[in-house]
Amino acid sequence: MVEGALSHEDPRPTKLRVDGLSAFYGPKKAISNVSLDFPERTVTAIIGPSGCGKSTLIRCLNRMHEVLPGTRIEGRVLLDGEDIYDGDPVSVRRRIGMVFQKPNPFPTMSVYDNVAAGLKLNGIRDRARVDAAVIRSLKQAALWDEVKDAIDGPGTRLSGGQQQRLCIARALAIEPEVLLMDEPCSALDPIATAKIEDLIFDLRKTYTLVIVTHNMQQAARVAEFTAFMYLGELVEFDRTQTLFEQPKQKLTENYITGRFG
Amino acid sequence: MSVGPSAAGPDPPDAPPSEPANPFRLIFRHRVRILDFLFRNSTLFFAVGILAILGTFVLVLVEGSKEPILRYGLNFVAGSTWSPNQAIFGALPFIFGTVMTSALALVFAVPLSLGIAIFLSELAPKWIAEPLGYIVELLAAVPSVVFGLWGLAVLVPFMRDTVDPPLRSVNAAASHAIHYPIPLFAGSVIGQDVFTASVILAIMIIPTISAISREALRAVPAAQREAALSLGATSWEATRISVLNYARVGIVGAIILGLGRAVGETMAVTMTIGNSDSIPNSLFGQGQTIASLIANEFFNDTPGSLYVSAIIEAALVLLIITLVINIGARLLVWRLVKGAGGPVE
Repeated sequence: MVEGALSHEDPRPTKLRVDGLSAFYGPKKAISNVSLDFPERTVTAIIGPSGCGKSTLIRCLNRMHEVLPGTRIEGRVLLDGEDIYDGDPVSVRRRIGMVFQKPNPFPTMSVYDNVAAGLKLNGIRDRARVDAAVIRSLKQAALWDEVKDAIDGPGTRLSGGQQQRLCIARALAIEPEVLLMDEPCSALDPIATAKIEDLIFDLRKTYTLVIVTHNMQQAARVAEFTAFMYLGELVEFDRTQTLFEQPKQKLTENYITGRFG
Repeated sequence: MSVGPSAAGPDPPDAPPSEPANPFRLIFRHRVRILDFLFRNSTLFFAVGILAILGTFVLVLVEGSKEPILRYGLNFVAGSTWSPNQAIFGALPFIFGTVMTSALALVFAVPLSLGIAIFLSELAPKWIAEPLGYIVELLAAVPSVVFGLWGLAVLVPFMRDTVDPPLRSVNAAASHAIHYPIPLFAGSVIGQDVFTASVILAIMIIPTISAISREALRAVPAAQREAALSLGATSWEATRISVLNYARVGIVGAIILGLGRAVGETMAVTMTIGNSDSIPNSLFGQGQTIASLIANEFFNDTPGSLYVSAIIEAALVLLIITLVINIGARLLVWRLVKGAGGPVE
């Protein structure tokens, strides 16, 4: 419904552009002809009721959608102007990291090895370099002070919120340009959620972030831009404040005022 | 057990009586209590029964082998001569045969089984994975005498004519090069030997190991695989760093079950190992495992004779080997879980 509405109003260049994207699970169409632009170094939230396609959309942005059997997409996703669907999904995912709903650290690995996992996959084995990247990522994920004495202990011994920050550190270690977060706080308590939200706010100085959330307050707190999806379509996309205070669509207004969803 | 519609009624059996006494309900409630009692105690009985069976095993075996235990002591397991006519009973050749064929079978079977399990759970499309997985489970249930017959009819000639001669040439060339005889693929090739027995053991335990490993791999949450993929892992890298690691306790369990089957396997080994009472001097040599010894020789003499008692002691040794393997496996799993900090959540 909306064509990349903000790319001209915002001074920052577009980092990631979604252009006429539709995604399918077998014959079922989960999202339909979505177009929007994610400006560089901003946080964009995708909100909408369950089943609206917001998770499918974010999974299309680093080609995780196609991991499931029987799926396909139509349309384009451009990272710095180049279609990520041309070529190899592996190299795309090295530039566009992802954090999932439930913390999923590798249970057989220590905190250190979890963060270093992506570096090792990228062939970086130089101990000093890995050490530096692990420490930098843990600091960026605001976890370093809590784990620096237990860095060789198992990652699964951490609390749920710490595990999620560990997963963020793991994603940051390979220095992605974009970080996708699929309801990163849905399994966490309010205190852990607040920590992740603070972190998201800091990370936008360095990264382009896209966060899917079912929590409208969370979108209002962390995101500069918000996209509202309903039944697989993008209904409205605007500055967060505008979208929440002066929604242009009746559907958006109904949703944010709690009349459905 | 008449847990019919009345049980699904609004009043659960052990809810406090909230309505006027209904004689039917009272009887029913009472009956459920009796059934609960019977259920709990019968399961306890069966659980204790397992212990009793194990205890009886050990008792019967020790009782039956008292004479050779007292007479030969440790020489029974250390001696390598087995000569019932001269009343010399050294079971080392059979212990050696058991351990070696089982170990070799694992060497062949583990990589293949893991490959099968990974293919079935990770790579194959559903329409291949489902029937193939079913067939693998079916193979695990084929009686060993059938494997033995197939081994004699197909595998023995195949090994003798096709597999063994080139191995023998390579072995000879390598021995020549290092001026030292390598005792692996040497000697005359007749097809019925410890090598063939190991191969048939491997074939027999592949279905067991792959079916159980596949279940372990299937139980890995999709999020684990996606975590690796999202870091830019290729399909194989994701399998290796997330899926195999996550499932490793289950895979170790699968291997131990396979090993257990190999150690105790009797019929197929008896039919292919060549049955010689001495330690083979190469993989092409003939041997015996403890299980095949028992099958071959138990009825050679009258019960109570020293010969039969010695065979019973061999059975006791086999039981001990099995227990040691299982305890070792427990320790290994325990260490893996401890090192890993336990399963997630």
